[in-house]
Amino acid sequence: MSEEMDLEQGGDMKRFMFVNRKAPHGSIYALEALEVVLIAAAFDQDVSLAFLDDGVFQLRQGQNAKALDMKNFAPTFRALDDYDIEKLYVERESLDERGLSEDELIVPVEVVDRARMSALMTEQDVVMSF
Amino acid sequence: MLHTVNKSPWQAPSLEACLAHLGDERLLLIEDGVYAALAASDAAARLDDPARDGRIYALGPDLEARGIGTDQLAAGVEVVDYAGFVQLVAAHGPHQAWL
Repeated sequence: MSEEMDLEQGGDMKRFMFVNRKAPHGSIYALEALEVVLIAAAFDQDVSLAFLDDGVFQLRQGQNAKALDMKNFAPTFRALDDYDIEKLYVERESLDERGLSEDELIVPVEVVDRARMSALMTEQDVVMSF
Repeated sequence: MLHTVNKSPWQAPSLEACLAHLGDERLLLIEDGVYAALAASDAAARLDDPARDGRIYALGPDLEARGIGTDQLAAGVEVVDYAGFVQLVAAHGPHQAWL
């Protein structure tokens, strides 16, 4: 299956997964990950994003980093669709631990359980962690 | 004494360590520490006793940045602004940061 895909796309497309495990405003990781995701999309790669552990907080509605005089980057997640990035996976167990529900998130996502998240990771060519 | 915690309770055991040493003193949640005050999370219960006594605070701008409304906070958690932070230090210092 993957060989077929490579042939179709000239062999230069890889499956990139960006794994987001950090809360959004206490460190620069979340913002930097988003920048790299947009770069990968510009190179027409097969990009997916995974949100687990504190990374699920990146997708909370109602964030306003301007309260800290920082760039309010959360709305950028809504623009990912314009870059043909449609695969956003969120781990159910991480949401549950933090009392978050899917309808509190800023964009439509696919909520997956931990086992499915693990399987998705193994399907990738490249996994980048933030 | 005024304690501060700036890590999410799932990221580091800082909150746990702080609470184990809190005694009758006060705790201000700042930065990613404010996530511990989310009423719906499995962390908030740890704050029950000191929050009931009015000894748990959360920094308002850090709540706002993270989209946490005051209606989502665990019962008894008091929101302070930066001036309130200074007042807490002045009134209850010294300050210990659990990093």
